[in-house]
Amino acid sequence: MSGLSFDLIALQLFTGLALGAIYVLFAIGLSLIFGMLTVVNFAHGAFYMVGAYAGLFLVSMGGNFWICLVAVPLLVGTFGMIVERFLVRPLYGRGIDYPLLLTFGLSYIMVELIRIAFGTSGYPFDTPELLQGAVDIGVGYFPLYRLFVIGATAVVLIGLWLFLERTSFGLIIRAGARDPQIVRVLGVDVSKVWLIVFGIGTAIAGFAGLLAAPLQGVIPEMGATILAEAFVVTVVGGMGSIGGAVLAGLLVGVVVSMSSLFAPEMAKVSIFALMAIVLLIRPQGFFGRAGLMS
Amino acid sequence: MIDIAPTIATSSSKSYGWFDLAMRHRVLLASIFVLIFPFVMPFTALAVNILIYGLYALGFNLLFGYLGLLSFGHAALFGTGAYLCGIAIVHFGLPWYAAIAVGVLSALVMATLIGSLAIRTRGIYFAMVTMALAQCVYYLFYQAVDWTGGENGLRGINVRTINLFGLQFDFINPLVRYYVVASFVILAFFVLSRILASPFGAVIEAVRENEARARASGYNVIATRLITFVLSGGFCGLAGALSALHLSIVPIESLHYETSGTAVMMTLLGGMGTFFGPFVGAAVFLLLENLVSLWTVHWQLIVGAVFVVCVLFFPEGIWGTILKRIKP
Repeated sequence: MSGLSFDLIALQLFTGLALGAIYVLFAIGLSLIFGMLTVVNFAHGAFYMVGAYAGLFLVSMGGNFWICLVAVPLLVGTFGMIVERFLVRPLYGRGIDYPLLLTFGLSYIMVELIRIAFGTSGYPFDTPELLQGAVDIGVGYFPLYRLFVIGATAVVLIGLWLFLERTSFGLIIRAGARDPQIVRVLGVDVSKVWLIVFGIGTAIAGFAGLLAAPLQGVIPEMGATILAEAFVVTVVGGMGSIGGAVLAGLLVGVVVSMSSLFAPEMAKVSIFALMAIVLLIRPQGFFGRAGLMS
Repeated sequence: MIDIAPTIATSSSKSYGWFDLAMRHRVLLASIFVLIFPFVMPFTALAVNILIYGLYALGFNLLFGYLGLLSFGHAALFGTGAYLCGIAIVHFGLPWYAAIAVGVLSALVMATLIGSLAIRTRGIYFAMVTMALAQCVYYLFYQAVDWTGGENGLRGINVRTINLFGLQFDFINPLVRYYVVASFVILAFFVLSRILASPFGAVIEAVRENEARARASGYNVIATRLITFVLSGGFCGLAGALSALHLSIVPIESLHYETSGTAVMMTLLGGMGTFFGPFVGAAVFLLLENLVSLWTVHWQLIVGAVFVVCVLFFPEGIWGTILKRIKP
């Protein structure tokens, strides 16, 4: 095909990585919560949306984007911990479907509350001044903000990895994901660990929402769309696997951007086709263990 | 296939109480209720809606309540039934009964496609895969503008009269419309009751109660799941087809994620795994929506809150709780 130079494809690849970075952040929160608590958080998209609106609110109150990067995850994470403590916790041990149903109902409430507070129509979200414009990355000019999204995601991932692998609390989390009963026998307050994990997972979701806001704008329904796409990421990567979420998230981002380059009408459907193929060949996903979650 | 019929444990007590009697004649009782229902409703159009969504939740409940699989993609089945019924009328000029048949058949095909992919995963994956596949169906219909009208929905499904055995019924008349829909719902009650009372129905519940034991007893768990998913899709497709006739339009929202969620909410509100519960749930959900809409557009807040309270404190749902209380 003429006009499709190597540079264009390479640029589109970077666009895909930036998009994939958002998926990665969204999906590792989902995976972390599921891996520890065996709760599929259907409100994860709502937390993502709340993160974007919290950023919007803080900016309109005179805060700047850099303050938001710290404040939004803290706010959303705190809210997540309140949800875990008072709504999700009473449902442990009542079957895997109940926390899912609860978070699903909660997402309705959260979306509607945001509609009451901010109205039903969307808002644009300005890219912070320092990150406007484009830089030459060798194959062409690439928007600086998208590079920032990739970088910020890398920082969060490295931080999370260090936290899980290098701290004693991370050790407890990993042990709790293996066998919560043994951890409890060893004298650890597992419910406190779960509270914090839910807080971290939702905080990352809020952070992802804030990062996505300048790219897509802010609307109350933004969570439902990414939730379905994040499920694709989770199925492809393997549920409860952080490494799987990272790889599959980037892959899904690249598939979306490449299909919108070559076959725009198939862009929305392509990732579901990817999921169908993975389900046919390897139902447990790239990194999932067979029979883990049955 | 399932070839060994399980023996259904029969109650050994000689005296059947009124409760058992009522349970045995659930189809009759539910049908009588449906027949007098429009006269206790504020307006008939709402009653028709409750019938249609009750049927939709009924089909969903077969999968969720009786088999124990939570699907978040039933909008794909409801929407396929609705769209294909509408397309049969608008693009091919088929009569209404043939269009309903087309809607139901295409929902069965869609259920087979989605089901055979989704049942490859187990447990909690199922909810996620069904939701993702339903989203895929949404985009496919959204983009086939020539056939489906895309964002504007499929318009022009005008059925004015219903011809049956030489008789003509005025479909514009709300009460006539109600009883046309009601006759399909009563048929569905009967079919569902037969499925549940059959040996296969016992296998469905056996798989829900203990999958490993059902498999060890020689039942094909995978086939049971797929067949139940497809049957469930048939009911939901019928509901979709009826909604296309009722609304004269198929909005793109009928394939939307929220439509999938509606089935989940209605079934849980009413009482999952009960015969009449989904119908009660649909009635409560739609009445609540109508009442709350009178004073605020944010009815989803109230519905969501009621749902959360139900999950936390009344997991058996309204009808399930009532049944438990009045059971002698």
